[in-house]
Amino acid sequence: MTPKADLPSSSPPRAVAETPQAKAAALAVRLLARDRDAVAPALNLADDQRSGERTAARELLAALERKVLFAGAPRLGLTGAPGAGKSTLMDALVRVRRARGETVGIVAVDPSSRKSGGALLGDRVRVRSAANDPGVFFRSLAARDSLGGLSGAARAAVTIMAAVFDLVIVETVGVGQSEGDVADLVDTLVFVAQPAAGDTVQFLKAGVLELPDVIAVNKADLGALAERTARELESTLALGEKPDARWVPPVVLVSARDSTGIAALEDAIARHRAHLGASAALEARRRRGRDAWLREMLSRRYGSFGVEALGGDEALVARSAAAPDASGFALELALSTEIERALRGGRA
Amino acid sequence: MSDEARAQREKPWVFRTYSGHSSAEASNALYRTNLAKGQTGLSIAFDLPTQTGYDSDHALARGEVGKVGVPIGHVEDMEMLFRGIPLGRMNTSMTINATAAWLLALYVAAAERQGVAASQLSGTTQNDIVKEYLSRGTYVFPPEPSIRLISDMIAFTLDAIPKWNPINICSYHLQEAGATPVQEIAFSFANAIAVLDAVRARSDFPADALPRVFGRISFFLNAGIRFVEETCKARAMTELWDRVGRERYGVADAELRRFRYGVQVNSLGLTEVQPENNVIRIVLEALGVTLSKGARCRALQLPAWNEALGLPRPWDQQWSLRIQQVLAYETDLLEYGDIFDGSPVIAAKVKELEDAAQAELDKVLAMGGAVAAVENAYMKQRLVESHTKRLRAIESGEQTVIGMNAFTEAEPSPLVTSGSSSVLKVDESAERDASLRLRAFRNKRSAADSKSALAGLRDAAKSGANIMPVSIRCAQAGVTTGEWSDALRSVFGEYRAPTGVVAREVRGADPQAEKIRARVRGLTARLGRPLKLLVGKPGLDGHSNGAEQIAVRARDLGMEVVYEGIRVTPAEIVQSARDEGVHVIGLSILSGSHGVLVLDVLGRLRDAGVRVPVVVGGIIPEDDAAQLRAAGVARVYTPKDFDLTRVLGEVVDVAEESAPA
Repeated sequence: MTPKADLPSSSPPRAVAETPQAKAAALAVRLLARDRDAVAPALNLADDQRSGERTAARELLAALERKVLFAGAPRLGLTGAPGAGKSTLMDALVRVRRARGETVGIVAVDPSSRKSGGALLGDRVRVRSAANDPGVFFRSLAARDSLGGLSGAARAAVTIMAAVFDLVIVETVGVGQSEGDVADLVDTLVFVAQPAAGDTVQFLKAGVLELPDVIAVNKADLGALAERTARELESTLALGEKPDARWVPPVVLVSARDSTGIAALEDAIARHRAHLGASAALEARRRRGRDAWLREMLSRRYGSFGVEALGGDEALVARSAAAPDASGFALELALSTEIERALRGGRA
Repeated sequence: MSDEARAQREKPWVFRTYSGHSSAEASNALYRTNLAKGQTGLSIAFDLPTQTGYDSDHALARGEVGKVGVPIGHVEDMEMLFRGIPLGRMNTSMTINATAAWLLALYVAAAERQGVAASQLSGTTQNDIVKEYLSRGTYVFPPEPSIRLISDMIAFTLDAIPKWNPINICSYHLQEAGATPVQEIAFSFANAIAVLDAVRARSDFPADALPRVFGRISFFLNAGIRFVEETCKARAMTELWDRVGRERYGVADAELRRFRYGVQVNSLGLTEVQPENNVIRIVLEALGVTLSKGARCRALQLPAWNEALGLPRPWDQQWSLRIQQVLAYETDLLEYGDIFDGSPVIAAKVKELEDAAQAELDKVLAMGGAVAAVENAYMKQRLVESHTKRLRAIESGEQTVIGMNAFTEAEPSPLVTSGSSSVLKVDESAERDASLRLRAFRNKRSAADSKSALAGLRDAAKSGANIMPVSIRCAQAGVTTGEWSDALRSVFGEYRAPTGVVAREVRGADPQAEKIRARVRGLTARLGRPLKLLVGKPGLDGHSNGAEQIAVRARDLGMEVVYEGIRVTPAEIVQSARDEGVHVIGLSILSGSHGVLVLDVLGRLRDAGVRVPVVVGGIIPEDDAAQLRAAGVARVYTPKDFDLTRVLGEVVDVAEESAPA
């Protein structure tokens, strides 16, 4: 071994002080040039809650989102109950995309412990396609205190990755409330269901069947049970209310274990993508996601009191509608400043 | 002793010592010495590349060759391993699982070269894949083809090697992973039932052979320090197994329903501090599986007193063999019938264990059996929880461990004053020598023969034909361990088992933990985001219990923990650390290959410009620990650091030291 000065880790030398703004500006340039090595530091910055870093990160994200709000990589969501096989299925999808030469960015969200605030982020174990392949970038996020189950950092991560990779995948656990969030974050939401008697009833109760664009019944190797579940889901979907009258979510049988049905799933995703493009629904959908996120961020940070200071919910809707092509991060920054000014003024 | 009593003495159980290291030649010398000392059977320890199906010159074998056992790459290695040991008269137990069919094939081929027919061989292949998924980690293939390989071996040995135990269902590793006695019984029986059901479902299997198969199923148990309860556990298993045979499989012959088991006593409770106490623990644990004649083990292997310090030397293993010999030959233990029959206290405890185990077994069967309960992580999560509870009980002092959390005041032990020379040092040239021998072997064999044998193997794997005859042909044709395994990987695929680290929180009021949680929260302000820790297990070592406990505890202390599972390469660890943006990396290595692997991770971090501090945990002799610290490792932990909350408190220190001011 060489002398201690050369050592990597025990006491790294302090980096030369660089302002968060300078760092953010440099990262923006690298990200827009699709530099993979800039992704990790950008994600670290976007997650940084210190005030200087937070503002710099918002500026970086606003700059990126101006480019990728209606462009950039397609965003695909994978959701479903724990044990449904999301990670294994994602692994299979990533392999298909890599074989086509596409690069993939993955955001995997795991729940945080309510008691300790800590989190176990274990999905890397199952996504072996991410190992040792620079064409795949995998980032685990803890849901932290976000009630919707998705970390506030998830949208930032998607924005950064959408600038650099060819496809962004967001994976979240759980059924119920968290789907609302992920549906706002992606273009195509795949719900991974497990074949089980009576499951459909559970989905209906949880109100999640209205959200997915594609349903994958995993573990098709279970045979008759999987097919029955798929049929039940199909008939339920045909009856139920749909947010988009012209799109009936296809139900696809897959087996992540045997790698069967992956091509059919890819095909369903591609058809949904084509549907969005043809109907110009993609822009509307991304705008809707931006607005939902904006409302959530402002009300979480300032409460209903803060939104009132802007003139209430209607005013907020009007403000977003007036800026159809603006970045959500830029809007958040501007409106936050406004709210803070109003609150200060109100108190004075 | 009266002549009468002497005449009635039971024949003792088989005495074994789990051993093997460096090379076939060195291990052969060790076995011959052990047999000369009065050992009556052999227990082969294979190195991790052999257990996970890699040749000694494969990239993943780096640092692992000859470390925890002997490398066996082909038939000549196997022949060398038993040179001068007549296989027709030896009882050999092999701790081999994912590649069990292959090692048995090599054993058969080596015996042939000695002029011994397969039908004359007796011994055991461990061959229990379920516990590999749950605890030990040397699995290769997914559950379904793995169970098929086991069932192939059972079907093949039944007539071809009738004295062979094709599978040894292990509750041993479940206890090492934290299982309670009830979980040990229930999960191991669920496992046995999965195997028997798979055999029963075979189309090529005559239904009337099932009772004989049932009679060939043996178990491998653990015995902990609570030796009265362990006695009751063995008795409960004896009764329950009889019931399973009768009721589930209709086995009429009582002899075939006998619960037959071998034992390795507990290593989990052996301490690094005051290591001389371990000898006393080992003696008491041996009593738990020998006192009750009606539920006595068939074979016993005892660990060495210094297992928590490193690899045992021949003298350390001899000391453990002597324990068995004193117990069997000097005491009057073998002169009596079952000394517990008629005891209401024992009967009540046995009943309690039986009832609880039956209920848990029914639960696992109801969710689809052992394989389903592996895939949905039910069993793994229960084990991680039990282990967490056990560690907390030791930390809080509720469970006494002499020398560790009680009576810590002690004289320096003369056993360890000589430092690292009190454990075995594996010759670092073993890996190079093994690779050279392997290359020479590949050059001299017939390439055409080995190629066509491998093609036959792949065909059988695809068609469902029994894997054993083609594997024996491969062994004879000079196929290597890595080639056999790769052929099956190409057909069956590889598997990653669930980690169980989503286990529920097991928490009590703990002021020390609360303090650390507050520090973690405080550090968030300085770091700008919550402390993120990467827990990784580089190398082939699959003993993930320690890493999982660290991951779960770190989560409970408020950290965000990225857990990568087992068998990751240094390159993967560095990529994860950078992409995930972690603040500290924790590495766990128990196989003794820490030198090579940790230095590799440090070098790659430096090359990638990733400035993240590294802490290391494992069975690491002090000399090695000093070297690792000198190379830049921030902290080194060994089994004496049992208080995980304290260890993680130091991880917070490490993160603080490298955080921006």
